[in-house]
Amino acid sequence: MSVKRLRGLLLLLPALMLSGCNLVLLNPAGDVARQQSDLMIASVILMSLIIVPVLIAIGIIAWRYRASNVRADYDADWDHSTKLELVVWAAPLLIIVMLGAMTWIGTHQLDPYRPLTRISEGHPAAANTQPLEVEVVSLDWKWLFFYPKYGIATVNELAAPVDMPIHFKLTSTTMMNSFFIPSLAGQIYTMPGMQTVLHAVINKPGSYRGFSSNYSGHGFTDMRFRFLGMSQHDFSQWVAKVRAGGNDLDRQAFDQLNKPSRAVPVHYYAHFDADLYHHILNRCVDPGQMCMDKMMAIDANGGRAAHGNASDKAMSGNPSMTAPAHDAAAH
Amino acid sequence: MPDRPAIWNFLLGRLSLSSLPLDNTIVVWTFVAVALGGAALMAMITYYKKWGYLWHEWFTSVDHKRLGVMYMVLGTVMLFRGFADAIMMRSQQAVAFGSNMGYLPPHHYDQIFTAHGAIMIFFVAMPYIAGFMNFVMPLQIGARDVAFPFLNNFSFWLTVSGVVLFMTSLFIGDFSHAGWLGMPPVSELKQSPGPGVDYYIWGLQLSGLGTLLTGINFVVTVIKMRAPGMTLMKMPMFTWTTLCTSGLIVVTFPILTATLFLLSLDRYIGTHFFTSGFGGNVMMYVNLIWVWGHPEVYILILPMFGLYSEIVPTFSGKRLFGYSSMVYATASIMILSYLVWLHHFFTMGSGADVNSFFALTTMLISIPTGAKIFNWLFTMYRGRVRFTVPMLWTMGFLFTFTIGGMTGVMLSVAPADFLLHNSLFLVAHFHNVIIGGVVFGVFAGINYWFPKAFGFRLDEFWGKLSFWFWQIGFWVAFGPLYVLGLMGVTRRLSHFTDPSLQIWFIIAAFGAFLILLGILSFVMQIYVSIRHRDRLAVGSDPWDARTLEWSTSSPPPPYNFAFIPIVHDRDTWTDMKKHGYQRPMEGFNAIHMPKNTGTGVVLAALGTVFGFAMVWYIWWLAVVSFVALIAVAIVHTFNYDRDSHLSAEEVSQFEHNGNWEPKAQGATA
Repeated sequence: MSVKRLRGLLLLLPALMLSGCNLVLLNPAGDVARQQSDLMIASVILMSLIIVPVLIAIGIIAWRYRASNVRADYDADWDHSTKLELVVWAAPLLIIVMLGAMTWIGTHQLDPYRPLTRISEGHPAAANTQPLEVEVVSLDWKWLFFYPKYGIATVNELAAPVDMPIHFKLTSTTMMNSFFIPSLAGQIYTMPGMQTVLHAVINKPGSYRGFSSNYSGHGFTDMRFRFLGMSQHDFSQWVAKVRAGGNDLDRQAFDQLNKPSRAVPVHYYAHFDADLYHHILNRCVDPGQMCMDKMMAIDANGGRAAHGNASDKAMSGNPSMTAPAHDAAAH
Repeated sequence: MPDRPAIWNFLLGRLSLSSLPLDNTIVVWTFVAVALGGAALMAMITYYKKWGYLWHEWFTSVDHKRLGVMYMVLGTVMLFRGFADAIMMRSQQAVAFGSNMGYLPPHHYDQIFTAHGAIMIFFVAMPYIAGFMNFVMPLQIGARDVAFPFLNNFSFWLTVSGVVLFMTSLFIGDFSHAGWLGMPPVSELKQSPGPGVDYYIWGLQLSGLGTLLTGINFVVTVIKMRAPGMTLMKMPMFTWTTLCTSGLIVVTFPILTATLFLLSLDRYIGTHFFTSGFGGNVMMYVNLIWVWGHPEVYILILPMFGLYSEIVPTFSGKRLFGYSSMVYATASIMILSYLVWLHHFFTMGSGADVNSFFALTTMLISIPTGAKIFNWLFTMYRGRVRFTVPMLWTMGFLFTFTIGGMTGVMLSVAPADFLLHNSLFLVAHFHNVIIGGVVFGVFAGINYWFPKAFGFRLDEFWGKLSFWFWQIGFWVAFGPLYVLGLMGVTRRLSHFTDPSLQIWFIIAAFGAFLILLGILSFVMQIYVSIRHRDRLAVGSDPWDARTLEWSTSSPPPPYNFAFIPIVHDRDTWTDMKKHGYQRPMEGFNAIHMPKNTGTGVVLAALGTVFGFAMVWYIWWLAVVSFVALIAVAIVHTFNYDRDSHLSAEEVSQFEHNGNWEPKAQGATA
């Protein structure tokens, strides 16, 4: 029986009870979330093979051997049976071996760092597909999205064409957040000075909930955004709308945006400083700060003593040695 | 530092009148209630002239049974506090929709969920398990006390120190809002400049030290002080789990201490271990805290597994099925619990190989756990199961915990965890195993061992009522959270926009109310039982139980056993009863016991002052209290007056006048 049909069966019961509420994790609109959800449902079914009989057995055995039932046999010294003990250990082991195999494969297939190989079930990704690149920054307490290809940026609104792979690169300014659109794909953390990656695709047009799922301070509760799945045509129009209605995200504007704020309305930027994301990631938006990647490169090559740097020659032990610092990417 | 003459800043650090949260009506009224209640309690103790009794018989006691009871009282008091936080969260989430912001602003709400989590784990669950281990384990192994009785008293008072600091934060200053694990960057000085995180750090440092000392104490006790004949494989299951849990404590709690120490260096002297910039790495904290944090949940559950393994055979009238397999299961859970910590952050981008490894190790734990469930089942099989209150809680545990275990394995499937991580599904899961496993176990254990501790059993009616309120209340409160989790709702939110979620939160709040009735029924159960203690009086062995603690009087004499028993069989007491054991009534010897001492109280009080001084930057006081702490500890090592001798006559008196035989009908439960 396919997972799909099992899903139907499994959903029947809750569906009766929960008609009217949207169990998005059981029926997501993005292929990655759907596969994760399938795996979750399959694990429940697999475990039910042992859990349900155990639950029933607890009830039956407790009732049958109740003290008042004197007809049931009683053996005060029966405390060992090699056969039963074998079953006791082997049965859960068997389930876990199966579940473990599924998990191993699923974890690798659905690794957020792995580029998508399919758009949806039965539709492999075309070999030459260029995914939509989106750079995500979690600020206190809102989301900033860069679209490098289009030169636009948005706050608290994200859009993508349906059936097009999306390649997210994510980081954070100060706090640790988790980027989560339940309909699209499983979440991934955003962390200051570090970059995580997520590959995903949305298969149905619609407006979906996105939010931070890792507590990051007082404004966390309002760290929500809309994720819009659109046709290619609508997406182009959306890009045009952002370009038309947006202003410029330069350093000053970013400093303004970076100030902690709650429940920030959607905001568009028609243009942004090209290396802004890189500077946020490397914690050097402030011009006085050395970028982390540069610092790490210097450190990797023996530190300042070996590599005099234009900005801190005074501190350098030997200014005559000016080998260029390698711009090692922090990612 | 407040703006005032420098002398005040020297004397009071950053403490000032504005540190008192007078603008928060909820806190003010809580303070008034606590102050009135506390004053009334003190007045009553004074009126009945009980201070001397409390000091000499309880506070300074090194008797493991007294300390066990005090731990249980502490856990219960803190259960009220932790549960008050829970009710506040549930009611906030039930009303804060759309334009209604609820009654708790995020700044307050965030402190409440932090306090709830930290208090429930450190000051409810931990005191409860320490209480059971203290009271039961030495009796089970036929010992007269633990290996280091003074250390045991000191450990308890250190736990109290932590409690005092946590409770002080409610009324002076504020509490951490960084979650129960104090995760940076939220807990760093830049994000939390106030005293909240410092209260959290010093509270946990003090109580964590106490827990570590308890662990050392119990490992040594189990290894060195078992009655003759009790080989490792003849130890009762509860003693086995005490040994494993204590081993876990000894190896893991230093990690907590070190991690919090590094965090305090960040906060106090400006290091950058876990800061967002300057080479600090948040992920290092997350790893370290979970290397402690995951074994910690097994520290809580293992003793409960042991406790169920005592209750099921007793009330099934049968030996425990698969004893050795239970022992191996416990030991393998102990070891595996160190290899799973990363499953708390699959979503932090570790890569597929690492995630797969930790997913599989996590699933492996379900195998010994599953084996345990089967073994309890087969213990009931061919038994005569008596559904007393302890057994009811055990049945509730079997149902609830099994389901909680299943949702746990769901979370261990790494790709599924990407969807479920940090969701209300996760919240429902861990309450499912902690309430279903630990809390149900606590009530099972209290009902089971109460007659041993006090000589009368607990009222059945209120006990059953409490059980059903808790059992039903649990599902009503946490079933909706499972549903909300599947609807993609994350945790720690203080306000919602989607009105379709509200009904589930209202149901959950109603569930919390049912649990409240369960707690009140428990209070009533204690009250009614004390009132009717004559009717409920029992002898030494009210349950026809199987292990050594039931061979001595209820309550046991200070020395536990007039003659150290010799062990021939695993269910020692059953074996003794089968062979017609007759209690010796003469030929008693003098017994040498440790003497009570107030040093533990003094040390812990100095520790509390030190913690408070550090929280408020009152450096002179910190130095003075720390030096005093060390000095008192050194002076105590020169105290050679630590022996107390019970003469043969005194022992004989205890043995003749002790409570051995059932005195009332209530005994035949």
